[in-house]
Amino acid sequence: MKVFVCIKQVPDTETKIKIGPDASSIDLTGIKWVINPYDEYAIEEAVKYREANVGTQVFVLSAGPLKRISESLRTALAMGADEGIAINAPENLDSYSTARALAEVIRAEDGAGLIFTGKLAIDDNASSVSQMLAEFLGLPHATVVSKFTASPEGVTVERDIEGGAKEIIKLTPPAVIGANKGLNTPRYASLPGIMKAKKKVLKEIEFASLNISASEIKVRYSQFHLPTEKPPVKILTGDSQHQVSALVQLLRDEAKVL
Amino acid sequence: MSKVFVFAEHKNGALRRGAMELLQAAQKSGNTVVGMAVGTGADKAAVEMGHHGAKEVHIIKDSSLDAYNPEIYAAALSLVLDRVQPQILLASATSTAKDLFPKIAARLKTGIVSDCTELNISGDNVTVKKPLYSEKTFATASFENSPLKIVLMRANQLPVVAADISKAAALIEHALTKPDLKTIVKEIVKGTSEKLDLTEATIIVSGGRGLKEAGNFKLLNDLADVLGATVGASRAVVDSGWVSHSMQVGQTGKTVAPTLYIAVGISGAIQHLAGMSGSKVIVAINNDPGAPIFQKATYGIVGDLFDVIPKLTEEFKKVLKH
Repeated sequence: MKVFVCIKQVPDTETKIKIGPDASSIDLTGIKWVINPYDEYAIEEAVKYREANVGTQVFVLSAGPLKRISESLRTALAMGADEGIAINAPENLDSYSTARALAEVIRAEDGAGLIFTGKLAIDDNASSVSQMLAEFLGLPHATVVSKFTASPEGVTVERDIEGGAKEIIKLTPPAVIGANKGLNTPRYASLPGIMKAKKKVLKEIEFASLNISASEIKVRYSQFHLPTEKPPVKILTGDSQHQVSALVQLLRDEAKVL
Repeated sequence: MSKVFVFAEHKNGALRRGAMELLQAAQKSGNTVVGMAVGTGADKAAVEMGHHGAKEVHIIKDSSLDAYNPEIYAAALSLVLDRVQPQILLASATSTAKDLFPKIAARLKTGIVSDCTELNISGDNVTVKKPLYSEKTFATASFENSPLKIVLMRANQLPVVAADISKAAALIEHALTKPDLKTIVKEIVKGTSEKLDLTEATIIVSGGRGLKEAGNFKLLNDLADVLGATVGASRAVVDSGWVSHSMQVGQTGKTVAPTLYIAVGISGAIQHLAGMSGSKVIVAINNDPGAPIFQKATYGIVGDLFDVIPKLTEEFKKVLKH
């Protein structure tokens, strides 16, 4: 059975973000790129599944500028994925066309038994690609998944919802699973893993070859800007009784949030 | 005139605040506001939606919609959207909406922007402001090739004025034909808290390592009770097992935007700031004057939280009584 993991590369959180010259994107120079943290849970879960189910193959898949995403795909291979597929695509594809591209490639690989993704990517917080991919492939999905169990009867997941509540959901596979924190503890790529990964197959596919039309770009970002500077913090002085009285008064009379 | 469609979530017939925000914003745009509510209590919610500006509300009272199931919900939405044919769809970025609407967008071959903080509707055109890269950047998102423009707004971003009970919406009821299901929600395990979810809360009291041990979260619970606030936490204390992951604010937790965020004993790692920078007013209480949280804060108290918090709870009690 083929298990697919779809990953995205995002700027490391510590990276300083600068605006590009015409404000139509961010300035990409000097950015440190990492695998989206939620996608690491997806990779780990797929590899765990493969370890428990002989005959499974884990394919890791990403769309973006080839050279850059290949680094993250190699890391995923070093974590234990068997084969990589890089879809060489322009920067800033929107969720819709990304999901379309992933769906085309998975279909061309004769479909998946299971697909793991992160519940969202931390660059745009869109949490869209997993569900779109599922819809394009006619599969059920569950997102924000913190527990995954597969048995001959199907797949059971726990999905975290609001207020700390959980839904226990049974899915008929193939299915798309969007991983949340808590699903597992992702392993680090070991040195032997990194050595092995160098020899694993990393296939390259051109986005342009996937028959996705220009009308499948649905959303465009413009007018990038940095957040407005906040006025400096007002530090409240005096003894603690003074501090709390002053604070409550400011919250009520100045900030008007009480 | 264009039609703006608002998918409204409710709790036993009581509209959630996010739905009110969107109905009112849709009405202000001068377009025709069409609403939808589902499940037991949908008729009650529909009346309230009329008060907030909906001209017409479509309801499906089927109890199979009481709990969220993506396949049943998608069938319900498809049915009503096909009938209404709106140009814009608004929903609050709740746990249900974030899961459901990308599926709807794919089905309708249209665009969606989620987690937006500003909304500008002009005729059938809509643009939104979208925080990107952990709130370190903002951009304007616009739609193309999208017969239906779907926007999921972050809660607490838009004003809500009092409902006008003289206004009423026309009610249109539909019956649901359930699709063959590949998804079955077997059980919902309730959370421990009856309070508003962090993503919806207007006041959040959040604790970090400075609390020293799990038991000391009681100090924050007491403060939160007085304020009607929801309690959050930093990643450090979630990873230490003091509180559950559902309480984590920040990059691998929840993105929140309350009107008041009180950070107690939280130093303010960039991963934490990523999840709460959108808060309107931030109070930082920390014994380290160099803590990065103070750079984001509106008001700060440098002091011992074990001394400050009980006093603050008492002070709020006094003031909020009046």
